[in-house]
Amino acid sequence: MTGFTQDRLGWTPWLPPLAEEELTEEHHEALVDRARAASPYFLLLARDPAVLHARTKTDNDIFHNADGGLPRAERELAATATSRRNGCVFCASVHARFASHHSKRPEDVQRLLDQGVGAPQDARWQAVVDAAAALASTPSDLGPEHIDALRDAGLDDLAVSDVIHAAAFFNWANRLMLSLGEPVEEATR
Amino acid sequence: MITDVIDHLAGITPGSPLDRLRDRRPDAREHAQRAFDALFSPDEEGEVTLVERDAVAAFVAGLHQDHAAAGFYTGRLADLAPGLVPAVSAEVAAGRVKGPYGVYPDGPLAAESEVGPRYRVHDPEALGERLTAAFEHAHLLVFRPREASGDDLDALAEHGWGPTGVVTLSQLVAFLSFQTRVVAGLRLLGQKGTATS
Repeated sequence: MTGFTQDRLGWTPWLPPLAEEELTEEHHEALVDRARAASPYFLLLARDPAVLHARTKTDNDIFHNADGGLPRAERELAATATSRRNGCVFCASVHARFASHHSKRPEDVQRLLDQGVGAPQDARWQAVVDAAAALASTPSDLGPEHIDALRDAGLDDLAVSDVIHAAAFFNWANRLMLSLGEPVEEATR
Repeated sequence: MITDVIDHLAGITPGSPLDRLRDRRPDAREHAQRAFDALFSPDEEGEVTLVERDAVAAFVAGLHQDHAAAGFYTGRLADLAPGLVPAVSAEVAAGRVKGPYGVYPDGPLAAESEVGPRYRVHDPEALGERLTAAFEHAHLLVFRPREASGDDLDALAEHGWGPTGVVTLSQLVAFLSFQTRVVAGLRLLGQKGTATS
């Protein structure tokens, strides 16, 4: 198995995904974006289409809703930090690339991958990473001090809520990715 | 009638600052609830019974030690299968640890491995074969997801869990990992006093 990386990885399921020819209109609707019918991950989750549909719509709004709040780069940073803490190499690789692309700070993202959530970052990124890492604990270690640190770093309440949602969502995503299959070195199609 | 479980568990009232904040992400708000509905009031039970869903949820919420969420899901189980509540509560008490931990496969991350408890159900007879396997898998997902392997899915299969049932079970545990954290985070934000945004 590879370590944490920003390289493109593939993912191979441990259970049989649906075959493309098995997909009904309900499955296509659940996949939301028809291109996802090429992904073994989404084709596996399509076995329970109603839950997949809700999962994907939740995911899209948390990460793509551009009406104020936290910049996309830092939503991706929270996703990367959560994935790093939980140990999801595949999730971290995807969202580290997004975080690097949107922030133009690939070295800072790489430090998070190489050294973990304790790696030094500037105050604002530190506040986001610390909050995500605390929220990844079970039971949660998120405390008032984390909210204070996010506000001190300039986040308004919508942005703080975005950190909470992005980090919380990856506690959902990581558990699926880690337990239903595994990353592989080369992208599989 | 509870129309939004996250609002209910986090104590968010209509017109409050947190209510307005959630309205800024309307799809996330709506579909977090739809995920709950799809998992706990599905059109068809499919491969996972309603009792199994509520029992696993009561166990997982209890492991997260969130009083409101644990009470909510235990209450649902008590409505549907009151005889299971004592057994689930006993497993919660026995299964509480601190995560995430777990051993990484051989390779560059092995040095970061943190060995910790691999939970086994204490009273399999009280839960039955399928729920015993489901609880052990749920505990793995909650606390040491990095350790999950194909062998764990084989173990589920040996105890009556087909691929579609495993997907539903995994979604249920993973969704609750999300929902309890949104609740914990929003509740904290509310306690800190939300500025109008």
